[in-house]
Amino acid sequence: MKILVGIKRVVDYNVRVRVLPDGSGVDTDGVKMSVNPFDEIALEEALRIKEAGKAEEVIVVAAGGDECQQQLRTGLAMGADRAIQIQTGVPLQPLSVAGAFLKIIEREQPGLVILGKQAIDDDNSQTGQMLAALWDRPQATFASKLTLNDGSVTVVREVDVGLETIEIDLPAVITVDLRLNEPRFVKLPDIMKAKRKPLDVVPLEELGVSADSNLSVSHFAPPAQRAKGIMVEDAAQLVQELKNRGLI
Amino acid sequence: MSEREIMEYDVIIVGAGPAGLSCAIRLKQLKPELMVAVIEKSSEIGAHILSGAVIEPEPLDRLLPGWREDPPPICIPAERDEIWLLSRDGKRRLPTPPQQKNHGNFIVSLGAMCAWLATRAEALEVDLFPGYAAAGIRYTEDGAVGGVIIGDMGVGRDGQPKDTYMQGIEIHAPLTVLCEGVRGHLSKQLIRRFELDRDSDPQTYGIGMKELWRVQPGKCKPGLVQHTTGWPLDSRIYGGSFIYHMDKDRIALGFVCGLDYTDPEFVPFEAFQQFKHHPMIRELLEGGEILSAGARAISEGGYQSLPKTEMPGALLIGDCAGTLNVPKIKGTHQAMKSGVLAAEHIADKGAAEGFDAKLRDSEVVRELYKVRNIRPAFYNGFWRGFLRAAIETVTAGKLPVTLPVHADDKSLARLDQGYTPPDRHWVERKLPPRDRLASVYFAATAHEEDQPIHLQILEPDICTTRCVAEYNNPCTRFCPANVYEMVDGNAGRTLQINAANCVHCKTCDIKDPYQIINWVTPEGGSGPNYQNM
Repeated sequence: MKILVGIKRVVDYNVRVRVLPDGSGVDTDGVKMSVNPFDEIALEEALRIKEAGKAEEVIVVAAGGDECQQQLRTGLAMGADRAIQIQTGVPLQPLSVAGAFLKIIEREQPGLVILGKQAIDDDNSQTGQMLAALWDRPQATFASKLTLNDGSVTVVREVDVGLETIEIDLPAVITVDLRLNEPRFVKLPDIMKAKRKPLDVVPLEELGVSADSNLSVSHFAPPAQRAKGIMVEDAAQLVQELKNRGLI
Repeated sequence: MSEREIMEYDVIIVGAGPAGLSCAIRLKQLKPELMVAVIEKSSEIGAHILSGAVIEPEPLDRLLPGWREDPPPICIPAERDEIWLLSRDGKRRLPTPPQQKNHGNFIVSLGAMCAWLATRAEALEVDLFPGYAAAGIRYTEDGAVGGVIIGDMGVGRDGQPKDTYMQGIEIHAPLTVLCEGVRGHLSKQLIRRFELDRDSDPQTYGIGMKELWRVQPGKCKPGLVQHTTGWPLDSRIYGGSFIYHMDKDRIALGFVCGLDYTDPEFVPFEAFQQFKHHPMIRELLEGGEILSAGARAISEGGYQSLPKTEMPGALLIGDCAGTLNVPKIKGTHQAMKSGVLAAEHIADKGAAEGFDAKLRDSEVVRELYKVRNIRPAFYNGFWRGFLRAAIETVTAGKLPVTLPVHADDKSLARLDQGYTPPDRHWVERKLPPRDRLASVYFAATAHEEDQPIHLQILEPDICTTRCVAEYNNPCTRFCPANVYEMVDGNAGRTLQINAANCVHCKTCDIKDPYQIINWVTPEGGSGPNYQNM
């Protein structure tokens, strides 16, 4: 079967992000961009499934401007066979991304779609779930363990109360969490090989998907500065200070 | 361990700084059919680059004519120069010496400029590999340098392979160009192995610490280039500051201390922070925010310390050799020129032999020769140095005397032999960063915790036996990132190495009085993630 892996170009997790002075967004000027860390985990899992002989082809897909080809090449260097760029000039909301991915699914007919659980820039955690709904197929999110069976997959999910194990029929959408695996390092020669692997550019319009969104972001602001604390001598002073601040 | 996989290139360049990238670009311009690779230990080109910087554009004009139409992202023409002599509360303007007249020069972020040079190199089909560290040299059968060995990745703290283990490949090339910058770890090995420093003085260094600030609107004067000397340093410590006013209310400021200082209790980072609290500087910074911070050693030995820059199969260029012009405090144009010269030599001769003579005959070394006596003039204190520097400037270095340059690791005074550190009368600090740990946050330095410690202590017993008595463990003070700490535990006092804080400045490798600290590359991609530095 084919496995489709969705990846996103995001601000690198090491970068100290800064809000633009006018609050319109985050300063990405000259900032390092990387593959979303959860997407790397998703790709690693797809590659391991292929290496275990349970899939023939791993395709990485990203939606974005031509800059995201850099991240697609990283995916190819890690071991993906093919890459597809859904070309768009504007940032897409999760529903649009899910709609575009669905069109690619219709073209490629994968047996499994693996995504990262959320992107570290917007932290939405919506695309995988919306994609499964649009596709009308099962979903297993926050996966920390995957076991492929014949025509189904058993997934251990990380949930608030602990771990939940479910079995879903293929084809399906799985989103992955941190503990699933540790992505491999890329070997230098594979970077060179990746340059020759196919990377198809598909304009968003060609898929018949609109970039329109019913959401707009109104304002960005940094977290409030923590006020300076004071040292107190004893419990009596603590109580007095709390009273002074109207807290008790 | 299996045999390493091999990749072959015509030229392998170690380090994607201004020297390495200029060399790569020039090579491809002259001989496009050459297979040229550049490997770089930082995760992204520019992430480990830290410099003032005011650059002379001449090498750019030659290498990339038309660059002014498509300049690097941060590129502000230098408009005005100011030199200040600071006292604790006062300041006096000094006349601008010729080496500090910056008309025609540009204030840049060298890191952003390297990323910009990298796109030019890629367009010429140079293979750039950031995120891979050259951990060792590959030698051919006859003992020549035959390429480099990339460091293994996915090795645990205990030295054992982890699940993600990936063996580093070997890159074989008939020519290796070392552009590691100041105190490169491979260059250090090669200089020793081929005795390249046999006929030169030891190299001497400074530690350069820098912060990038966004200040309150109206305070930044784009194009203003300021340098200060004097306070907070006493007359025995060589050094001073730079303040470069850029665009978008951004100011690059930094402090350099010569590493030949004698006081074992001296803390260079603290001197930098004290400088920021001088009334003239504090006024500029108050209400602003730090965008980025970091540190890197700079080479100050110049002409006398230049080693032989060729060996069988390899060349040393840029600050690997030490081409920075100290009175100008500029090394970028020299690094680029040496890179271009190396490329032209390789394209012409196809071998390392003859490069050293060519370099010594070139404008790069001519420029170093002219100012060769200025730094060593300061061995006898600030005022004698200042006077001698003035004489050398006026006579354009033509006096028939060359002052010797001394090594830094022998200069510390012994605390157990009567030396008393001076009282520095430093002020209480209010501006960020609070301390070295807070500063390291702004360097965004990242190291996988579970990897071998890349700061090798060759004789660890010395720390708790001799050093504590003789120098009181100065590593805990000269490191700008608080990597070294003496902690009290069950076994008494021991050295704790917080390797994850390291910003790859190389100061410890240089200043350690016993020369037992050996800096090696951590896993590729580790280290600072400087932005616009």
